[in-house]
This record gives sequence, structure tokens and C-alpha cells, in this order.
Amino acid sequence: MVKKIRVLVAKPGLDGHDRGAKIVARALRDAGMEVVYTGLHQTAEQIVTTAMQEDVDVVGLSLLSGAHMTLFVDVAELLKEKKMDDVLLVGGGIIPQEDVPRLKKAGIAEVFGPGTPVEEIVTYIRKNVKR
Amino acid sequence: MNDLSEKIFAGDQRSIARLITLVENDAPDAMETMKQIHPRTGQASVIGVTGVMGSGKSSLIYELALAYRAQGKKVGIIAIDPTSPFSGGALLGDRIRMMELSSDDGVFIRSMGTRGMMGGLTSALYDVVEILDAAGMHVILIETVGVGQDEVDIVKIADTTVVVLIPGLGDSVQTIKAGLMEIADIFVVNKADKPGMEQTVAELESMLDLINNPDRRIPIVATSAKEKKGIPQLITKIAEHQQYLKTSQTFEQRRRQRYEAELIEIIRKRLMDFIFDEKKLKSTVDCCIDQIAKKQLDPYSAADQILGKILK
Repeated sequence: MVKKIRVLVAKPGLDGHDRGAKIVARALRDAGMEVVYTGLHQTAEQIVTTAMQEDVDVVGLSLLSGAHMTLFVDVAELLKEKKMDDVLLVGGGIIPQEDVPRLKKAGIAEVFGPGTPVEEIVTYIRKNVKR
Repeated sequence: MNDLSEKIFAGDQRSIARLITLVENDAPDAMETMKQIHPRTGQASVIGVTGVMGSGKSSLIYELALAYRAQGKKVGIIAIDPTSPFSGGALLGDRIRMMELSSDDGVFIRSMGTRGMMGGLTSALYDVVEILDAAGMHVILIETVGVGQDEVDIVKIADTTVVVLIPGLGDSVQTIKAGLMEIADIFVVNKADKPGMEQTVAELESMLDLINNPDRRIPIVATSAKEKKGIPQLITKIAEHQQYLKTSQTFEQRRRQRYEAELIEIIRKRLMDFIFDEKKLKSTVDCCIDQIAKKQLDPYSAADQILGKILK
């Protein structure tokens, strides 16, 4: 039996910049994970449906537009509503430090800011994946 | 009947997704469920879409899915991308062109890595087709990885194989004459909005002139997924081909081909598992070494004995 970590990398909302998301997606692939990338402009519903159909272990949200307090939290709530609590939810992008505690409380397990070495994200995922 | 198979029959998306993961991971629990669902399969039309890299397979599948949805059919999509032979990881990006379908619960999309399988497919594909079929999908669209010339395994599983080409590949038709060109039930020249479309169609036509099948000439459809052109024609050609399969009795033959390929794949996987399970292999071999050393047995007869045991 060969278990591979499956990750969904998603860009919620209207933010049109996905260079960071693509770099993270590549790094995760190079770490041996299967990475589903959605492209830009996803709604929380689309992200959660995709996570369900793809049966991913991790959802990584990337956002640079500043709407993370709404969009990240929407995804977290929808995951809970669908009883997908075994999915590890992480976020990244331009997230002010003072927002992080509230995001964590809402169910985003970890937040990776600009300049985070990709190895750190890989290690975090490997260590914290829930199944 | 276990819980999981009941939920698969009911079309529960989460259970479908979970079972696919189990078969991809070769989990032992999956086998029991697969045994239970087999009798309830065989209803779905399986359409393979293959072609060179960048030919627009994903966008075409998106358009096909929309058209089948408009007919009220449930659609399953399997999109395959290459697994890196170096890291074992994969970037699965086919969904980018299909995200609009994520809001439609009559569509189930799954992205898969090839996980070391050659031929443009993935070894769990046979199981995934059976799962989507048992879950009540009317149409199953399979997107292979972008292929070169001889990744033609899609014919072993699809009822209808659509080969997608694009204009301006140079002497494209020449270079891909073998392999890919021999598996098409339908040719699509996609990106027909690009220059060179007429020439590509003409090249194909002249190649088809050389094929002698009085019953059926392989149709060529020019499409532009971008400009949403040619999709109704393609849907018609697919329907005609499926009709042809039934009237010419090739349908049965194709399904038998699929089951044959599936069975061979299961056997191959099990043999590989045995060979690569070094501990088990070593312990099986160990017991003969003594006898070989004492000349009570020769290595060939020992190999026959061991293989006889596995193959029993």
C-alpha cells in the first residue's frame, strides 16, 4: 500500500496573483506529494467541493488581496459543515501578523507569510497531516 | 454488501472520492468493495480523450461535459497528469480549465497522477472507471496525459477514443502516423481558430483515404473550445460511433478487451508486489537454497516450484 499526501492549492476570491501559489505547488510536488491546482478566482464552495472530490489531505489557500478574514474563514466553516475535519487547512500570502490568531481560532491550522522557506511548509505538512 | 458500496450506488460524492483514494493506494480494504460493485457496472459510456501536449484536451472535455449535462446526463471526469519519476510527486492542473463544473453536483471530477505507469494512463484507472460507473455516471470522460506517439493504452479502456490534434504542428500527421493515429475512432482538430486548420484536416483526410474500412470512415471534427465551435458536431459523432459499436457488435468486443486488460493489470500488479516485497521474496527463496547447495535441487526446478506456488 502506497499512501501519497494529496494537497489542494487554491486561490480564493478575486486576487489575480498566483506566482506564490505555483511556487509552493511545485515545491510540494518535488517533495513527492500530489498537488491539485485550481487556478484563480475560486469560491469557497468550489474549493470545498474540489477538496472533497479529490479527497485531499491538505487544503492550502493563497491570498494576497487582503480578503483572507472572509475567504479563509468561509472555507474553514464550509469544511466543518461538510464534516471534513480530517482535512488540514493552511493559508499563505500577505497576512498581517495580528490577523493570525483569529484565523487560527477559525480553523486555519497554520499561516505562512512572505519569505517562508518552502521546506518549512513541506515539513509542516508532513508532520501535521491528519490521516 | 458493505456500507461503502451502498453509498457508491447512491452516488455519494465523498464515498466515491474515498474509494478512489483506496484503489489508488492499493489498500487491501478496497478489494472487497470492488468485488461488490462489479456486477452493477457496464452502463456508462466511456470516452477517452487523448492527444499531444497543449492540444486543449481539458478545455474540450469541459465543453463536452457541459453538453452532456444539458442532455441531463451525469458526467464523471478522470484527468490524468504525469507523476514525476524523480520525486514521485505530481502537479495535477487539468481542473483549472474545468472549475466551473465544481458547482454542479451532476459532475464528478478526479485528477490522478500516472504513478509510474507507462502508456499515458494510471494503473488504478480501471477501478476508477468501475467506481464512477457504479455510482450512476452516464458518461465517463478520461483525459490522458499529453502523449507522444505510442501512449495508446486508452483504447484498452475507452468505448470511443477521440484523438485531439491542433493545426500548425508542422508535418504533424506524418510524425504521429503510427500509434496515436491508429487508435482514433474520431479525430478532432482543436483550436480551429488558429491558422493551418484546413491543411491539417486535408492531411488527415488524405491519410484516411489509405485506410480501407467500408463500414465506417473515421470522422474529423474541427472544434474551437475557445470559441465554443464544433462541440455539437463532436457530440453527434460520438453518439454515431457508439451506435456503430452496437450495430457492428464491436461493443462487446471492446468491453471484453477492457476486462482482459484490467485482469492482466491486476495480475501484473500482484506479481510486482511479490517481487518487490524483498523480505517475502527472500524468505520464499531461502528455503530452497539449502537444497540447491546440496545438489538435491537445481535452480530452475526451484524457480518452477516457487512460481508454481504464487501462480496457483
